[in-house]
Amino acid sequence: MDVTAVTALFADLTQVELVTWVERGWVIPDAAESGFEFHAIDVARVRLIHDLRRDMDLGEDAIPLVLSLLDQVYDLRGQLKAVLRAVEAQPADVRSAILAVMGRGG
Amino acid sequence: MKDPYEILGVQKTDSDAAIRSAYRKLAKRHHPDVNPGKPEAAETFKEISAAYELLGDKDKRARYDRGEIDAAGNEVPPQRPFYRDFSDSAGREKYRSDSVFNQEDLESIFARAFGGGAGNGTGGGRQFSMRGQDAHYQLTLDFLDAVNGSTRRIAMPDGRTLDVRIPPGVHDGQVIRLRGQGMPGIGDGAPGDALVEVAVAPHPLFHREGDDIIIELPVTLQEAVLGATLEVPTIKGPVRLTIPPNSGRGTRLRLRGRGIEGRGHQFVELHPVLPPADEPELAEFLKTWKPRHPVDPRAGMETT
Repeated sequence: MDVTAVTALFADLTQVELVTWVERGWVIPDAAESGFEFHAIDVARVRLIHDLRRDMDLGEDAIPLVLSLLDQVYDLRGQLKAVLRAVEAQPADVRSAILAVMGRGG
Repeated sequence: MKDPYEILGVQKTDSDAAIRSAYRKLAKRHHPDVNPGKPEAAETFKEISAAYELLGDKDKRARYDRGEIDAAGNEVPPQRPFYRDFSDSAGREKYRSDSVFNQEDLESIFARAFGGGAGNGTGGGRQFSMRGQDAHYQLTLDFLDAVNGSTRRIAMPDGRTLDVRIPPGVHDGQVIRLRGQGMPGIGDGAPGDALVEVAVAPHPLFHREGDDIIIELPVTLQEAVLGATLEVPTIKGPVRLTIPPNSGRGTRLRLRGRGIEGRGHQFVELHPVLPPADEPELAEFLKTWKPRHPVDPRAGMETT
């Protein structure tokens, strides 16, 4: 998807504004011959920024902060899932020992 | 679910009035009561009614046309993908915040989560520590080893051996905890404990009541009537025991201090045994014998 196709998804998003978002690093589409190539994840991120700017009326200054925090949350969730998979791979007595220790509160 | 427009045989551009008249026509034709011979009419009629319930309502028809509800009137989930739907996708790599989570952070978080130092989770290369696992073993003991105590060597899965001191009087099912003999700890964590569950095999002669040892001792008729001094097994070896005269079945004699070390006694229950074959002299004597102390051994057994 190029810039034109992406902006066509929105009633109120200009190509200039979308390119600004890319320039600021909020969205990172692939570079293509004729400009940018937006993948599904990039389009979803554009929608997210659009929601933040329009529906939630967040200021431009706040966007990088929010995006950074969201990315950290997703990273943490990914790490946590990795840990849970590691715990699940343990024998039952190890799992229950871990749960018992976590239940006591660190 | 079929398209309600199709069911009613109308176009999306048709007016509400046109839809209503199409519905009336179909309802008359397919009403179950005018089609007693067509069992499928009820199903068709239900379809028509449902279609008209949607299209006959201005608001619902508009929402259906916009794709907000489906033909059954249910909300259609929004089709747009949200960013979170991609949170696990490989493509998110480029949006990863590189400062969020290095190895050191991970270790310090775990050190805190597992109680390795409350309030000291500032990172700085803290090593992750966790107490070692407890190791569970089972040990079957002879009765005499259990009551007298002993030492047993058990082999652990990692090749080490472990000398288990069995305290005197250990009972069946008891768990002996050997502190620090379990799996090694991680980091600064203490090793776990070894937990040895003891099973005690029964003994053909002895059995236990608490700290006391009970043994049944067969005696002859003469020994029971006349008294005797006999050798009796105890858990520490045979001792001599004096049987007083007139000791009947069920007499319990105590051997003080011969039970569990320092705590119990041994009790000897006498079981007089009749001679194994005919004893005509004894029988002759008993025919004429008049006891000086007559007794009814079945007193108290009446069931009234």
